[in-house]
Amino acid sequence: MIKNISNLGDAALYCDFGTEVNKDINSKVIKLFETIREKNIEGINNLTPSYNKLIISFDLKITNFKKIKEIVENIEIKETQKLNSKIIEIPVCCDSSFSLDIERLEKKLNLDREQILEVFFNKEFFCYMTGFIAGMPFLGDLEEKMRAQRLETPRVKVPKGSIGLTEQFANIYTFESPGGWNIIGNTPLNVFDITKEKRPNLINPGDKVKFRRISMEEYKDLHG
Amino acid sequence: MDNNYFEIKRAGINTTFQDKGRNNLYHIGIPFSGAMDNRNFLLANKLVGNKLESPVIEFAYQGPLLKFNGDKITITVTGDVIFKLNKKNNEIEGRCYETYQLENGDEINILSTNKSVYGYLAISGEIDLKFQWGSCSINTKANIGSNDGKKLTNGQKINIHKINLNQKNKKINYLNSKIENIRVIKATNFDYFSEEGKKIFFEKEFIVSKLSDRMGMRLEGPKIENIVNTNIKSEGLLKGVIQVPADGNPIIMLSDHGTIGGYPKIGVVASVDYDRLVQISPGSKIKFKEIDLSDAETLFKLYEMETQNLISQIL
Repeated sequence: MIKNISNLGDAALYCDFGTEVNKDINSKVIKLFETIREKNIEGINNLTPSYNKLIISFDLKITNFKKIKEIVENIEIKETQKLNSKIIEIPVCCDSSFSLDIERLEKKLNLDREQILEVFFNKEFFCYMTGFIAGMPFLGDLEEKMRAQRLETPRVKVPKGSIGLTEQFANIYTFESPGGWNIIGNTPLNVFDITKEKRPNLINPGDKVKFRRISMEEYKDLHG
Repeated sequence: MDNNYFEIKRAGINTTFQDKGRNNLYHIGIPFSGAMDNRNFLLANKLVGNKLESPVIEFAYQGPLLKFNGDKITITVTGDVIFKLNKKNNEIEGRCYETYQLENGDEINILSTNKSVYGYLAISGEIDLKFQWGSCSINTKANIGSNDGKKLTNGQKINIHKINLNQKNKKINYLNSKIENIRVIKATNFDYFSEEGKKIFFEKEFIVSKLSDRMGMRLEGPKIENIVNTNIKSEGLLKGVIQVPADGNPIIMLSDHGTIGGYPKIGVVASVDYDRLVQISPGSKIKFKEIDLSDAETLFKLYEMETQNLISQIL
């Protein structure tokens, strides 16, 4: 499963699962991530799972690359171990005040607004990873005809709650942040809740996500 | 008097509370944060008799002007910093790595860091702060940490709820060494760059851009040519990782970095040089020197021993 382990600097291990992006490989990354997390290995102070890599950071005062590499190489992952995945529904309003880049997408994809939104809302997404900014989920996979590149010039400020598309992925801006994804709507849900220290992320790697289209009225109600 | 506080008469440019930062949150998108220059952070706490990893005030370039209200309190400033104390209307030139006693109405005015970026003000006692994931460190990007995750502003109060009294004055002789040569370990996408690009990376000088902050340090200079792909599938980042986007200008990830990124990684700054890297100010030169893993590990051990040595000299 891990194709290669190398060092990334002097305080991290880079576990490479190959170059492909698919759920199968990503599930293996997440299983290794969960296994290592549960073991509480001395000196490991951070883990970053992504599509096909797992980066393991450690405290160089306590341990080193050689020691952690040996531990990881000898870790046993039960093949039967199931991903702890949940199905999460995210309400999204696509009012024109929220769907900032829908016209751009219409042109790039040669589809009309309703065609784009129909595909989007019918899809069940898979969460590959979270990060970049706190709690932002990277969701896949959109079919070929829905894949567009990032904006040529990223926005300086993407509003909080924005739903963005790029290539085969969708994401949710958990904070106002700079960003270059094509924005099609906005969710009133708090996807990252800073007051819940144990589980601040509504969506975690391995979870499934369905988007539900809502009206502006419902958006305002949910927003409280 | 039990109501001890500092009034912020001028907050400074980027003044935050910082401690050791927070661990094990990369997977949800939260970086370590914490004091940028770890050695100066530890020395500041040791000088005022605090636990080594207590919260301190970190400032960049221009620091705060604070007025003390209360009985008596011990403070110190670490880094390479120009500051003044106003004690009973007598102005005193401050010296770093020495402790000072402030009394009711006294002020400390941190004018600027000297050819460096970060400095630390430690207060003997406990600052009244909110902790998130075990750390008070302010991450202004995600609004995480004390002070609602925002930098300090004019007019605010910093409440001190426990003062360590009977502190004797302490000092240590220490000079921050400034470096231009930053040691770097080649990273996973090193071969994405042309032979010429690799040569430029390790041989030419770069200039630190003004667009540098706690998240990252941007560099300007000769362009590093990518011959494979200017994007990679997004994956984890670490502090010290050097990414090269399509424009060919390297960006070094610093303590508040985004946790995932999609630009090729050309190198990673060796841990031994991180404290000194963050102190290189915009407009200054920087040069990268290649180092292998085992040398980086040994040098870090020596640096760590030196830090512990300095700490133990403060009695």
